[in-house]
Amino acid sequence: MVDSILTMTGIGKSFPGVRALADVSLTVRRGEIHAICGENGAGKSTLMKVLSGVYPHGSYDGEFTFDGQACEFGGIRDSEHRGIVIIHQELALCPQLSIAENIFLGNEQTARGLIDWNRTNHRAAELLDRVGLREPAVTPISELGVGKQQLVEIAKALSKKVRLLILDEPTAALGEEDSRHLLDLLRGLREDGVTCVIVSHKLNEIMAIADSITILRDGRTIETLDVRADDVSEDRIIAGMVGRDLEHRFPPHEPKIGAEALRIEDWTVHSPTRPEHKVVDAASLVLRRGEIVGLAGLMGAGRTELAMSVFGRSYGRDISGRLVKDGKEIHARTVREAIGHGIAYVTEDRKRYGLNLIEDVKRNISAAGLGKLARRGWVNENEEHQVAGKFRRSMNIKVPTVDTVTGTLSGGNQQKVVLSKWIFTDPDVLILDEPTRGIDVGAKYEIYSIINGLADEGKAVLVVSSELPELLGLCDRIYTLAAGRITGELSRAEATQERLMQHMTRNQEHIP
Amino acid sequence: MSSTVETRRVSGRIDQPPRRFSFNPRQSGIYVAFVLIVALFTVLTGGTMLQPENISNIIVQNSYVLILAIGMILIIIAGHIDLSAGSVVAVTGAVSAVLMVNLNMPWLLALLVTLVVGALIGAWQGYWIAYFGIPAFIVTLAGMLVFRALTLTVLGNQGIGPFPDPIRTLSNGFTDGYLGNVGLGPLGGADIVSLLVGVLVVAGIALSQWRTRRGRQHYLQEVDPLPVFLLKIGGSGVVVLAVVVQLARFKNIPWVLVLLAALVLFYSLLTTRAVFGRRIYAIGGNLQAATLSGVKVKSVVFWIFVNMGVLSALAGVIFAGRLNQAGPTAGTSFELDAIAAAFIGGAAVQGGVGKVVGAITGGLIMAVINNGMSLIGAPSEQVMLVKGLVLLAAVAYDIWTKRRATR
Repeated sequence: MVDSILTMTGIGKSFPGVRALADVSLTVRRGEIHAICGENGAGKSTLMKVLSGVYPHGSYDGEFTFDGQACEFGGIRDSEHRGIVIIHQELALCPQLSIAENIFLGNEQTARGLIDWNRTNHRAAELLDRVGLREPAVTPISELGVGKQQLVEIAKALSKKVRLLILDEPTAALGEEDSRHLLDLLRGLREDGVTCVIVSHKLNEIMAIADSITILRDGRTIETLDVRADDVSEDRIIAGMVGRDLEHRFPPHEPKIGAEALRIEDWTVHSPTRPEHKVVDAASLVLRRGEIVGLAGLMGAGRTELAMSVFGRSYGRDISGRLVKDGKEIHARTVREAIGHGIAYVTEDRKRYGLNLIEDVKRNISAAGLGKLARRGWVNENEEHQVAGKFRRSMNIKVPTVDTVTGTLSGGNQQKVVLSKWIFTDPDVLILDEPTRGIDVGAKYEIYSIINGLADEGKAVLVVSSELPELLGLCDRIYTLAAGRITGELSRAEATQERLMQHMTRNQEHIP
Repeated sequence: MSSTVETRRVSGRIDQPPRRFSFNPRQSGIYVAFVLIVALFTVLTGGTMLQPENISNIIVQNSYVLILAIGMILIIIAGHIDLSAGSVVAVTGAVSAVLMVNLNMPWLLALLVTLVVGALIGAWQGYWIAYFGIPAFIVTLAGMLVFRALTLTVLGNQGIGPFPDPIRTLSNGFTDGYLGNVGLGPLGGADIVSLLVGVLVVAGIALSQWRTRRGRQHYLQEVDPLPVFLLKIGGSGVVVLAVVVQLARFKNIPWVLVLLAALVLFYSLLTTRAVFGRRIYAIGGNLQAATLSGVKVKSVVFWIFVNMGVLSALAGVIFAGRLNQAGPTAGTSFELDAIAAAFIGGAAVQGGVGKVVGAITGGLIMAVINNGMSLIGAPSEQVMLVKGLVLLAAVAYDIWTKRRATR
């Protein structure tokens, strides 16, 4: 007899026009780490919201029991009362408040109606000790990196006497180092008897930590695998998630490398907030036509900062160095000048920096190249519609029409819209920052194919990514960045995860 | 939960886009509300609401707020706000009075100088907002005080008037009946020129809509089915003609209506078809994405405030001309009316959403409530109460439909 802490049966949930969950059943054993896998749109987040009471009882079908008792949560407070705590993908911390204040937000430590600051800070310090975060409890959240903020969220969950901890994509924004620490922490919590449900795209992490894996597809449970008993491999999980065998996660590609397109020389960028600190330090890179070049680096190595500073000085101050495009030195002091010189930058955070989410697909696609559709300042809307339609077909953007609002699209389709926007500016050099972040496996393959196609058209592509397998599978050459310096350059043949990691962790002592 | 609309959305995949002639409550709600409010007051006032003189009054009495609403909607779409519009109306009205009355400057030159003063005021505020980075709320709150103070300084704490005839005609006068009157049966006599203008406007609307439709068809885009298209054209044609006939029966077309129509046409095109207009929506929708797409955000924000300054100056001259005097309290709380018009007309508080026609409709809704309630003898505190609640209800409705759409 399996000792299960949570049993969900026949869970269904509909939104207008969409059936997010059709029939999900889930059994979580007491004290295990249970991973939920599935493509974007498979229903993982919806399921977690049902479980944590975000969707109140009555708004979904089916039922579930926690610790032997039926659950009919009216809201998130009810579920927290029972010891179920969810940590969302987008962290919900107040940046101006201190760590301690955040931990006890909504659960203030009071004495006769007033906050007892000594107890608040003392208890916070205990919790921080437990999650392994060595920061004073009075430090404002805004001074912490994403990894440490994640730990604060977990400390907050622990303060609520958590029995079932739900983590939605906990390592999506973390570098390797922070991810490893987080996974270790989860193992420690398992020792203490806390049951964990973890939703993640990172299969290698799931393989490393999970005891059981439940795979969802199209709102249904496909199967639950016992990691110790069953013969589980990443390919097996992927096959379950996409419903077909993905023989290779990367489309085959024969590069046709041409002449040098962009040379970045001695590029140095200072931090806008701490001008004496060099975020990028005398970096030199060469990008060639038809070649896909990778840029690897740990969190904080300066990858995005390097990319954005090259793209019209969108980041940093006191930038020095030379940009040589097709053999001639260029100056790209503004985004417009960079676009004019044929440089495009696809941001790592498409929702915040890439898209106008309340605007439709066609106007997002035309946003950066609107000049090409206009005569004397007036836009030819028919032409615009046609261009967008062309991209919809060639990029396989799954929308009913190009008048659909981009905010309603899945991550993969949104990314295709952003890519379309930049391809429409007809760039020679494309800088793609985390091009597949938060995108499901099937759409990733499509994005990789698009990137290969861009290289085949003779464009130079620089892919910035925190996922080493992605860089190894996609790139013809990989630079490593550590503490703002280029520490290595490896050809496809030379590059392995271990070697990249070695180069990426060089100069660690320089990181302040 | 599975009505036909939803199943169509699900089944209407990529190859068969669903036809979009279905009623969109978020976009059309405002126009329906307008019609209902007009109908309500027509009944309550026993028909007085739609009498020729009253229609003329509504337009002339609210023209300056509608002009401000046009400028305000651009600012609100970009995610900013202008609290200084009323004070700018006052100070520009005062400047024009000094130029025309005290300095006897020719009226056209004085008008142009006043508009330039408005542009400079807008540039002043636009500089602090766009290039210095102070929130518009603060800059224009300061402007509200500063320009009211300057008004008092310019006027020396007294009203200046009277204004030259052309200015009074612009703000208060009507087109001449060059071709005499024509009998319209039971409706009595009506001005031929006004009627011709009305017919031409309707023909112009129909023609341009038809050309747009043909253009879209040529590019294989979906369009409304022909009956729906004809119904829309016919409907708007009837409304325009009805208003024009009523005006023609009274004193012909007010000059401010001509001016207003030209402004609405120009700014509608600017917001929907011009690159500059697109930039405004892009900035309001996602500032960072716009910046990283090469939009010169600072320049666009600067110029929409310059534009607001010019429109405020225009409203200032018209208001002063209408009262035939520039006074120290002119334009008080006009900015609030203009802001309310924009939000009733469907602008989003977060920016990125809004239409010029929507703002005008929002302004007209307030105008009709004002007018209708005073016709039935309601005290001013009741009018204020109703206007406040209408503003709240309009925005609540907008948020409610948005929330329902995302659930």
